[in-house]
Formats: sequence, C-alpha cells, structure tokens
Amino acid sequence: MADRERRMTPPYGGVFVARTTVLDAAQVHRALTRISHEIIERNQGLEDVVLVALQTGGVEIARLLSRLLFEIEGVDVPTGTLDVALYRDDIGLRPVMPEAETDIQIDLGGKIVVLVDDVLFTGRTIRAALDALTDFGRPRAVQLAVVIDRGHRELPIRPDFVGKNLPTRRDEVVDVNPEGVLLGEMRK
Amino acid sequence: MSNHLINLADLDRDAIRELLHLTDRFVEVSQRPIPKVPALRGRTIAMVFFEDSTRTRMSFDLAAKRLSADVIDFPTHTSSLSKGESLQDTAETIGALGVDALIIRHSSGGLPGEIAEAVGETISVINAGDGLNAHPTQGLLDAYTLCQHFHGSAGIEASLSGIHVGIVGDVKHSRVARSDLAVYRSLGAKVTIVAPPELQPTDLDNWPVDITDDLDEVLPTLDVVGLLRIQKERMGETVVNSIDDYIERYGVTESRANRMNDNLVILHPGPVNRGIEIADTVLDKRANVLVNQQVTNGVAVRMAVLFRLLGSGVEID
Repeated sequence: MADRERRMTPPYGGVFVARTTVLDAAQVHRALTRISHEIIERNQGLEDVVLVALQTGGVEIARLLSRLLFEIEGVDVPTGTLDVALYRDDIGLRPVMPEAETDIQIDLGGKIVVLVDDVLFTGRTIRAALDALTDFGRPRAVQLAVVIDRGHRELPIRPDFVGKNLPTRRDEVVDVNPEGVLLGEMRK
Repeated sequence: MSNHLINLADLDRDAIRELLHLTDRFVEVSQRPIPKVPALRGRTIAMVFFEDSTRTRMSFDLAAKRLSADVIDFPTHTSSLSKGESLQDTAETIGALGVDALIIRHSSGGLPGEIAEAVGETISVINAGDGLNAHPTQGLLDAYTLCQHFHGSAGIEASLSGIHVGIVGDVKHSRVARSDLAVYRSLGAKVTIVAPPELQPTDLDNWPVDITDDLDEVLPTLDVVGLLRIQKERMGETVVNSIDDYIERYGVTESRANRMNDNLVILHPGPVNRGIEIADTVLDKRANVLVNQQVTNGVAVRMAVLFRLLGSGVEID
C-alpha cells in the first residue's frame, strides 16, 4: 500500500494492522512472472510496450515486472512513473497532494502503455491516470496490470492482467509489497 | 496561518519547504508536451492589479490557466472603486460573485492583508506585491531558482545553507528584497545587503543581516548577487546623486563581471534597466545570469501556491 493512501484513506491516518497473509513472497514472484508472460503473449512480444507505474504503490511492482520481462525476452522495456493527484476527481473533497515524481521521458504516441499498480479498488485512480496519459501523447493501446483486484469498482474499468482476485470488505486495507500481500485494517 | 498568502515572514520553514517541493512537481508539469492539468477546473481567480505589472500578472495568469482555473480581470481603473465604493465592499462583491481567489497588487503596503482579514476563510487572497512590504511569490521563485541551480531541485528539505547571497541595490524601496530576505534566511543562507547609505533600509534594526555599501569588498565571498531594480518611479526626487556613480559602484559592468568568481550566479526580478544594474553584454552572454530561469520558475511557483490554496484541501500553516 502506498504511503499516501496509508495517510489519506478515510478514516485519515491510523496504523495498518495485518490480519491475513494473502500471498507470500514466492507467490507474488510467481504471479508477476505469469503477468510478464501474459503481457508478452498479448502484445506478441514487447515492441512498443512501455510500463507506466502509478505512484507510489505501482513503482516497485513495475521495477520487478521490468526485470522479469528482461529475463524472459531480453528486452529493456521503457518504464516511467505517474502521479495522478492533479487529475483526481476528488480534489477539494479530501486532501490531495502531488507528492511523488512523474517521470515520463518518451512520447507515448503509438505506444502500448501498460499501467502498473499494486491494488485495483474503486477504479478512480485509473480513470485519473487515463486522463493524465493523454497529455503525454496518444497511445495505441492502454492495458492495466495489478497485483490485487479487490473489487468495489465505482467506474466501468477492468484490469487486463491480475495477480489475484481478492474479495474484500470496503473498510479493509490491502498492503502489497514484494515480500507479500497482507490483508488487514487501519486502527487508530 | 490560513488560506491566504500575504507575507513569507508569516510562514515557518516547513510551510516554505512544502511550497518549494510542490514547485518541483509543477516544474515537471510545465515541461510536458501538454503543460496543463485539470486540478483547478471550475475554480475562478480574479486578478486585482492596482499597480502596473506585466510579468507578475502574466505569470499568475498563465499559472492559473495551466491549472485549468478560470481567470477574470478586475478593471481597477474603471471600476466602482472610482465611484467611491470602499475597497472592502468591492472585495466582498467580488466574493459574492463566486470567485475563489483574489490576486492583489497595490501600492499600499499591508492592503492585501487587510482584505484577507475582511473576506475571512471564504476567499483566498494572494499578495502579488504591496507597496514596500512584500512580494511573496517573487521571494519563493528566487529561492526556488537558487535551489534548482545549486541542488538540481528543491526536494523535500529545501536548503540554501552555506550559500552567501548579496542583495544589491535599492533595498530601501524594495518589497522583493524583504521577501527574498525572509525566504533566504528561512532556508539558512547568509545574506548581506549591499546598498548606498541613502538606499539602505531604515527599519534595519529588525534585519539580522550584514550590511555594507561596498560591493567590491564583499564580492569575492558571494555565491549569489541578487540585483534589485533601480525604481525611478518610486523614488520621487533624485536620491541617487548620479546614475553613473551608481553604475560605477554597484552595477554589474563587464569589468566587474570579469572579477566575479566563476561559480557566482546573478538574479534580477526584472524588468532590467539595461546598462544600469547590469551591462548588456553581461545580461545577454553570461551563462551565470539566471533571469530567464526566474521567469520560467515563476509560473511553476505560482501554480504551486494556487494549487496549495485552492486545490489541495490542506491549509498553509
């Protein structure tokens, strides 16, 4: 889970307390390996494929995916980062700050952009990301890779590549990192 | 503090650092193929300029538009003010129109602060320069430009520690100098005021800085020369005995520029009096003149201020 969400998800603040380990480190690695193969299969290789990691939860995941893609195909996939704070639809409704770096060095026009995030929840971050991407060019296609799809969508958005579908309650919190996926909640 | 930006001297170091770090983000936005974000869509910002301004006004205008805010112009020359309406009533009327922020420049020091108190929390007031008092966004953009030059960016803990800045020129009549001083000191820079005795500030007791009238004496120790504009229109009668004498002692002439150390950088808030504060040849040819970076960064700094006050949902404290 991104630091920002840890601080900003209602009820604001609190401490994350894990209840269950959903995936361990080896299972995360296997899931990302499978996703890497699926990305290659879907796009018939890695030509024009670009990874764009959503700040901050997607960055470490994208780094791992990039390494796996290189191991499998021997191709160094361009990777960027994107902070969507300035594109969110809840600006003014809750504290929103662009705290992390957006770094997209290449024109995305004609590219196949794979958005990478740790958790897919309401879909609002992805909606903001789709808006943001159009300011960097017109990609040929945009695909979405997430480690966990936890449901509760509020917009018609679906992932293309999923590590694990995880049924959750709305008030639960999912924490994804390379060492594993934890399910728990925020306690004051 | 509040949802206003009136004077950098009111902000603590953390608040200044947060604005500078936020500026890093908007510098990046400004470099995108489409340098515009929807963050302040639906917000309306009124420009209330009682004093002439070209660059500050354009910079705020551009900053607001790059955040997708709507900008309206309050025509100060033909408005109801000239029909006798009080400034406060006018400000409240603008607020009743549904405006979210007022960007105010006025020749009277302290006026934006008074308006901010009058309108309270409902509207953000941003000081775009008031009399001899303050010009907070200029102070921020000067500090940001130095952070960028010396460290690449502001980062989370912006600092000018170890940097010696000379503020050179008409300090007495300069709101830029006052805001620069506040922000430089907050970030840990050493500041020396360099001005002829008649242009040194009279409120010096409150200024814990070194002061001298001899530029050449301090020049070897300076990392930054922050030039101020000779403000002929603000000085009334001739205070400076002779422009030639001023140039001789304080102007960045070709020969003085040759004596500066290679790493020294020069700031100027503009507009430049060419041939007075700085020689044409120095202004146009030297890489260490950061005037254009100041103008570019000014837009990003003002985006940061506007977003912080109108969009982030977090108050400046």
